[in-house]
Amino acid sequence: MMMSTPKKILFYILLVISAFLVFFPVMYAFMISFMSGGEILQGKFFPESIHFDNYVKVFDRLPLMNYLINSFVVSFGVMLGQLVVCSLAAYAFVFIPFKGRDFIFFLFISTMMIPWEATMIPNFFTIQKLDWMNTYQGLTVPFFALAFGTFLLRQHFKTIPKELHEAAEVAGLGKFAFFWRVILPVSKTSLVTLGAYGFLTTWNMYLWPLLVTSTDQVRTVQIGLKQLQSQEVATEWGVVMAGVIVVIIPTLLLLFAGQRQLQKGLTQGALK
Amino acid sequence: MKKVELIGVSKSYDKKTEVISDITVSIEPGEFFVLVGPSGCGKSTMLRMIAGLEEITGGVLKIGDVESNWLPPSKRDISMVFQNYALYPHLTVEENIVFGLHVKKVPKPERKKRCEDVAEMLGLTPYLKRKPRELSGGQRQRVALARAIVNQAPICLMDEPLSNLDAKLRAHMRSEIRQIQRRLGITMIYVTHDQVEAMTMGDRIMILHDGKIQQIGQPIDIYNNPANPFVATFIGSPPMNIGEGKVGSAKNEIVFSEEAKIAVPEKDWPLLKSDTIIIGVRPEHLKAATKETKAEDKVYVKTTNVEVLGNETIFSFDMGGREWMAKWTGQWRIDVGDMVPIVINYDSLCLFDSETEKIIKTPSDIENHVFDKEVFI
Repeated sequence: MMMSTPKKILFYILLVISAFLVFFPVMYAFMISFMSGGEILQGKFFPESIHFDNYVKVFDRLPLMNYLINSFVVSFGVMLGQLVVCSLAAYAFVFIPFKGRDFIFFLFISTMMIPWEATMIPNFFTIQKLDWMNTYQGLTVPFFALAFGTFLLRQHFKTIPKELHEAAEVAGLGKFAFFWRVILPVSKTSLVTLGAYGFLTTWNMYLWPLLVTSTDQVRTVQIGLKQLQSQEVATEWGVVMAGVIVVIIPTLLLLFAGQRQLQKGLTQGALK
Repeated sequence: MKKVELIGVSKSYDKKTEVISDITVSIEPGEFFVLVGPSGCGKSTMLRMIAGLEEITGGVLKIGDVESNWLPPSKRDISMVFQNYALYPHLTVEENIVFGLHVKKVPKPERKKRCEDVAEMLGLTPYLKRKPRELSGGQRQRVALARAIVNQAPICLMDEPLSNLDAKLRAHMRSEIRQIQRRLGITMIYVTHDQVEAMTMGDRIMILHDGKIQQIGQPIDIYNNPANPFVATFIGSPPMNIGEGKVGSAKNEIVFSEEAKIAVPEKDWPLLKSDTIIIGVRPEHLKAATKETKAEDKVYVKTTNVEVLGNETIFSFDMGGREWMAKWTGQWRIDVGDMVPIVINYDSLCLFDSETEKIIKTPSDIENHVFDKEVFI
């Protein structure tokens, strides 16, 4: 888009201001993570010197590495589970004709209107009865079936020309082979989007891990951060923020990696 | 090289109205069979029924003497080319071509060899490593064609494969497909809405309208002896001129406007049974009146449009409320609005029964200039 120079300058100033507003809390947290207690109380923005005491302390005080691994396993597990379940469900909704398909789909979608918190108690009882407390499956399995993900993938699958399906049928490709060898590679973009979404939401989940974990064994990192705050009478904010920064890093990495993949997917373009 | 037979095949979506009714035809091994008709006539549905992508609700489909109504597409020994090519966008040209072979578990060296042969035949060798989106329309079309012929299925189905190409490429691909079909001896069933493709490519063509067979036959026979006014206007460009004619009281002449009357020779008087009759005459059979023409044979018409195409001139005029066209060879300096004297020769007329729309007389003089090979020196 062509823009005149003054207009451009104005736009950039506005963009910088809003970027600063949005990013300020993260930046402040980053700065605090290098400060000592005294400096924080003085309300400084820039630390006097960069030292990593807080980072050492946070790994000392908590089994943070353990929590990080747990979080990673849980998030990755949910991501994979969601991809498998949602893509299979979406495939059925698009490519396998059966009676009442649309009705079932809308029923399925309507579950999006039920807040997740409302289903938490029945879910909790189920997990308890299965004796899945303090296990990875207890943390992951309830999130595999995702109405939003099924919807997202169904919409994408619907854009795949039906001639591809027919060509595969003529070639003698089975239903699963068609799903595996044609649908999945063609929908890489949507799968990456859904995967990133699933990973991040699970990574940031707080309430459910709090409910189903009572020991350090499978506890996730978000609970760990909360523990940092309540352990001391006066919270050492420097340590907490160091923890926060450590927790943010995987998210950022994933975002960067995912974005590159996303852009690649988008520029590939549709094929007529 | 297999025979495809349809016996009383019909298709209905709601069990009440039939979109295709009572199709009986036998397609010979190695034949190039063209299904042609206006859009919505059911030709694609029929092809998809042969392919097994669409259920057959009545009648029997036999492929190579085996009843195939309920066989899945992959068991019918067919290959298919789709209108939008249906190439897998994530695979390279080479992978696209061998995709079906991979599924059929053809050994790898064999796959590679066949792919190379086909690519060579269609001039795709430089593009084997490219993705479909990096190819032009014509190249994609070739890949689709390559994919269809590489698995050496005895029957190939094509659903308007050339409709996405520009006119020049279309003409080129037309002859290319025809040549490949002849060389490999495949039984080809080809769907098109373009009568030029049907005329130039088919060994036999079948004209469909509203799900019913209008006529089956060799292109030239259909051109000379159209079964009804629909076929007459569908095949040939510009289309055959059709008009309502009244039979004179003495049953010896046809009147189709105040100034245009045609005397019927005595031998054809028995044909004129009803009061009205549908007449048809090809644009090239309308001649210019000459000095020798008798005054009562001349018909003066007012031209409404003139197209000069280099070696021929097409002009249209109004005849009994319908637009007629005449095609004369040469460059005629006619302006719009000129009164042109033309001659309608009884021998070149087609006559159709006005109720059944069946043909009752075909052009007998045939100014079609049919030549046999003997004329060559």
